[in-house]
Amino acid sequence: MIAAPEVTTERNYLNEKEGVLSWLLTTDHKRIGLLYVASITGFFFVGGLFALLMRLELLTPRTDLVSAETYNKLFTMHGIIMVWFFLIPSIPATLGNFVIPLMIGAKDLAFPKLNLASWYIFNLGGIVTLWAIVQGGVDTGWTFYTPLSTTYSTTYVIAAAMGVFISGFSSILTGLNFIATIHRMRCPGLTWFRLPLFIWSMYATSLVLVIATPVLAITLLMVAVERIFQVGIFDPALGGDPLLFQHMFWFYSHPAVYVMVLPGMAVVSDLVAVYSRKPVFGYTAVAFSSLGIAIVGFLVWGHHMFVAGQSVDSALTFSILSYMVAIPSAIKVFNWTATLYKGSVSWETPMLYAIGFIGLFTIGGMTGLFLAALGLDVHVTDTYFVVAHFHYIMVGGAVMAYLGGIHYWWPKISGRMYPEGLAKLSALIVFLGFNLTFFPQFILGYLGMPRRYAAYPDEFQVLHVLSTGGASILGVGYVLPLIYLTWSWRYAPKAPPNPWRATGLEWQTPSPPPVHNFEETPVVTYGAYDYEALKEKLGLG
Amino acid sequence: MASTTSPPPPDVLPGREELAHREHFATPEQQRETAMAGMWIFLATEIMMFGALFMAYTVYRLGHPLAFAEGSKDMEIVLGSINTAILITSSFTMALAALAAQEGNTRLLGWLLILTILIGLAFLGIKFTEYYNHYQDHKAPGVWFESNLSDRGGLEMFYVFYFIMTGLHAIHMIIGIGILFVLWLMTLFGRFSRVYHSPVIVCGLYWGFVDIVWVFLFAIFYLPGLHLHG
Repeated sequence: MIAAPEVTTERNYLNEKEGVLSWLLTTDHKRIGLLYVASITGFFFVGGLFALLMRLELLTPRTDLVSAETYNKLFTMHGIIMVWFFLIPSIPATLGNFVIPLMIGAKDLAFPKLNLASWYIFNLGGIVTLWAIVQGGVDTGWTFYTPLSTTYSTTYVIAAAMGVFISGFSSILTGLNFIATIHRMRCPGLTWFRLPLFIWSMYATSLVLVIATPVLAITLLMVAVERIFQVGIFDPALGGDPLLFQHMFWFYSHPAVYVMVLPGMAVVSDLVAVYSRKPVFGYTAVAFSSLGIAIVGFLVWGHHMFVAGQSVDSALTFSILSYMVAIPSAIKVFNWTATLYKGSVSWETPMLYAIGFIGLFTIGGMTGLFLAALGLDVHVTDTYFVVAHFHYIMVGGAVMAYLGGIHYWWPKISGRMYPEGLAKLSALIVFLGFNLTFFPQFILGYLGMPRRYAAYPDEFQVLHVLSTGGASILGVGYVLPLIYLTWSWRYAPKAPPNPWRATGLEWQTPSPPPVHNFEETPVVTYGAYDYEALKEKLGLG
Repeated sequence: MASTTSPPPPDVLPGREELAHREHFATPEQQRETAMAGMWIFLATEIMMFGALFMAYTVYRLGHPLAFAEGSKDMEIVLGSINTAILITSSFTMALAALAAQEGNTRLLGWLLILTILIGLAFLGIKFTEYYNHYQDHKAPGVWFESNLSDRGGLEMFYVFYFIMTGLHAIHMIIGIGILFVLWLMTLFGRFSRVYHSPVIVCGLYWGFVDIVWVFLFAIFYLPGLHLHG
């Protein structure tokens, strides 16, 4: 820690105005970021509860805890809640909202009222979805595949789809706001190639949100129209095409995977630089690899449909294009590790999460190549191998990065330090619990255990018990930060403006920041992570 | 209608621009450019939204070419052509409104907005007349649909997309008219001037986009069966 200037008792964004209404009607991006934290934390634990029930059911080979029908609803609601109400908004709407204007030296996002509106729309979508759960749930799987969702399912498909439909508009508004902000609101001197890599990755994420989400909206709308008016858009008996649904759904949902992982990469790029005291190796390559992932991500949706009925030619094309995603992903991983080389690496909690991300994302990404290979995919499709693969990306990747980011910016957000020892311990618990939960699932899948089944042959039980045990450990690892971060909000020691001696503009303003972020508009004369230029200022020289 | 007690020329009113200028922007120019950028990004979203429907339409038309031609034959080409003509006219009046706003001619701006709103309403009136006629002909999809065409499913699919796509377009028109009405009120209260008028320009972009979408809808629903009229 540097000898920090005494923490002032000046007005900041937290104490400038008080009362519930001052939060519910705020247009301050920092407060809206925190509103999102509250919402998605709630959804995370609801979705986690469903996961816990599933893992408990899978402790034994027979369906004894819940019926098969209930199990179908559990994995459906787990998927819907976790994908649309936690992962998609996780880093962008919370950390992105809070940090982007601070990082680029702006007073707020471009459209503050739209930002608040997006939070309300998000919650409206969430409430509609929760209503569908309370009414009896949905059993189609989070993918809403037709004709199951349109013809055969008797559960609350329309309500759940409408919940997702509504929340999509909040994604679009957030993405739109970020793009306009990053284009137009940068402070003097902050050129594109001086931006922190967090901003580049957030920009790529926003592009995907704005371009892909409307397609999902239309797809779900068509499902609803088919169910309500009994027409056969996706029903072959009435002249429809069930595969068209899968094409349109994955045209959104594959890029949506990058909406989940690109922000994770955004956080990790910053963390690696800060805790190695070095600029990110190959800044330009890492910056463009974010855009590369966003663009190539739009061209690979067919790899979800290798066994669904696709010509050999298109399957080959999608297979090759899917391999292409590995190129920008590998650029990132190699450049992060190259950044560590000869850096003065320190192991604070955020760095533990960042390193965890790099390792787990690599495993998730590599197994993604297995799935992009046509022959192998036929063997492991719809098995636990796929489940393990995408949980390594989404939980091992996105959630680890989210937790790392929350810890890293916590001093800025709350003005308090979190308890380092406890935080390191829970990072370790998360890492161990995660691997114990999901690594056995790779083996299960390879041995032929299909996904979405409540019962299984006895010989799979050992691996399932390991997985359930890991899930309980993982649960502890998630509850711990909730407890100590809540505690630290009031009782932890106050944080200096720049506890990590980081270079970003967000660290050159008090913690917590004043309402308009900066006492005076900053002027930038150096590149991102330029520790040389900032040596004196940071007390390193 | 536009301001009977016409206010003094807005440019000389002190504090007006300060009122419109949001404090998180460094300059009014930055604010204006940001608003434009926001609308262009929003239109990209809109293109993808309609684009998904155009793609689905294409898939089904390739699958049921004769049924789609048959459905298109039932379209009321005269009403459709009139609607196309008047909607393009409304784009023209909206563009003139944007011009008037830039020149600070708020009186003209008010009248042009009213004119655009009226044309928009006329479009919707004709559109809903067509919808009603289709309903009377048992061409509304679902339980109301009747046809003895051999490819009944294909014909119904034509109408499904017809109603979804023109319906989505009509929703955009209704929202657009609502926005123009708010702009008109803002004009009445003297909110716009030669210096501050970006809401008019930004909403003009939206209105223009919605009109262009209609031109494509006209082409894919009204024209494919035209030759069948003989």
